[in-house]
Amino acid sequence: MTIPRFWREFEHRYRLVGTKCPSCGRVYFPPRDVCPYCHRESVGKMKKYELKPTGKIYSYTVVHQDVPDFKFIKPYIMVLVEMDDGPKITGQLTDIEPEEVKIGMPVKAVFRRIREESASGIIEYGYKFVPL
Amino acid sequence: MRDVVIVGVGQTKYGEHWEKSLRSLVVEAGLRAIEDAGIYSKDIEAIYGGNMSAGSTTFQDHIGPLIADFTGLAINKIPALRIENGSASGAAAFHEGFAAVASGLYDTVLVGGVEKLTDVSMEEVTEVLSGEVDREWELFNGATLASLAALIARRYMLDYNVKREQIALMPVLSHKHGSLNPYAQFKNTLKVEDVLNSTMVADPLTMLDCAPVSDGASAVILTTIENAKKWKKDSIVKVKASSVASDYIALQSRENITRFDSVIEASRKAYKMAKLEPKDISFVEIHDAYSIFGLISLEDLGFFEKGKAGKYLEEGYGNLDSKLPINPSGGLKAKGHPVGATGVGQIVESILQLRKEAEKRQVSDPKNALTLNMGGSGGSAIVHILEVVK
Repeated sequence: MTIPRFWREFEHRYRLVGTKCPSCGRVYFPPRDVCPYCHRESVGKMKKYELKPTGKIYSYTVVHQDVPDFKFIKPYIMVLVEMDDGPKITGQLTDIEPEEVKIGMPVKAVFRRIREESASGIIEYGYKFVPL
Repeated sequence: MRDVVIVGVGQTKYGEHWEKSLRSLVVEAGLRAIEDAGIYSKDIEAIYGGNMSAGSTTFQDHIGPLIADFTGLAINKIPALRIENGSASGAAAFHEGFAAVASGLYDTVLVGGVEKLTDVSMEEVTEVLSGEVDREWELFNGATLASLAALIARRYMLDYNVKREQIALMPVLSHKHGSLNPYAQFKNTLKVEDVLNSTMVADPLTMLDCAPVSDGASAVILTTIENAKKWKKDSIVKVKASSVASDYIALQSRENITRFDSVIEASRKAYKMAKLEPKDISFVEIHDAYSIFGLISLEDLGFFEKGKAGKYLEEGYGNLDSKLPINPSGGLKAKGHPVGATGVGQIVESILQLRKEAEKRQVSDPKNALTLNMGGSGGSAIVHILEVVK
């Protein structure tokens, strides 16, 4: 992978910058250039919007698979979080034991290391969730 | 639109074919379909090949011409295109073949599907096949296709008060039928406890909730009703509906994750096209890549109320002698899931059933069949309805 594949997403992955449709007010994460509800009304008018980092767990699972980039941290917890601003976000939940996780639990997004390409490759950062 | 009929089918056994390559698998299925149709290679005017991952698993792309070449059709210079639509690549190829014959562009086409997964390691297969969901916003963060299915299952169990054991009934059913199918990858039957006690993949789903990694190929011949009559076919099955729907590719973008809007929309259009309702369907082949996908799909196809599929399976629905036989082939779980071949293979099974050639797993006197092939976590769904003409 080349470095631009990662740096072009920095503001989205590091600061949860999505977009907001000026026509209907819906917030999107990841960002969209077109609002699926307003179509033409929204083209060229979508505004950057930094999401509040808080939300609630909508669903969760504990992953036991050997996923090449994540097998050294397995088992790890994946969550789907319903953000207070509306969108749902998929990410890892950390700083908690799997048996303590519950649907509805309040969490917040924090800046964390996600994975490393190799010993000398790119280190990729982004968001993970922690209990609030 | 012209009527389109299926006059020939062929498939390989699904499973780990260490001795066979991508091309040898697709040639085997393709030639069987041509032979079954009793036609000649020169009768085929175009090829549509469903395949998801040849480029990543065998480093071979441009497989349309490859299929034409090794089925002996390159000499005829016919068009041969590869269709990729994730796990629904096979049904997508069939849809394209159907559209081509229905429109009058071609009279007779070969639709094939193939996947060769065992040429790379299991880890690489997981990574490659997960590519049918959002690479940047799901996989990047550690999600896999199985973990997305698990997120769906957990929420479904909560929203509809469904027991874990009820979800396990789906693989139990598929294995029961797969044990009767000579083309199936797995011939063993399962108990609910086997599913629950199997290796954990993504909690609450275990290895036995997930379809296996399979190699395999399937093929069918589509043509006009006039050709079928001219060729004096004993059995003619018509494509009553071919319907595709797309949804948000990432689970997180959907309002509700315990239903598949793509399945709801594709089936709504299919029933309308076929002028049929769920109660008219003789049997179904559904996309049980994960047990939970199977259950939710049965509800979204209109067979059971929301949250009740497991309860109906408990009551015996799905068995070959029940009101609605489900996955007589063994489904993706037991027959196998050679991704690009899967959707075409569901149609092959339906034809064998409708011709009453399904031997031990024969559904009694079916009039029609519905197949559902899904892409990703429901990012796409393709429904076909087939009906016996004679």
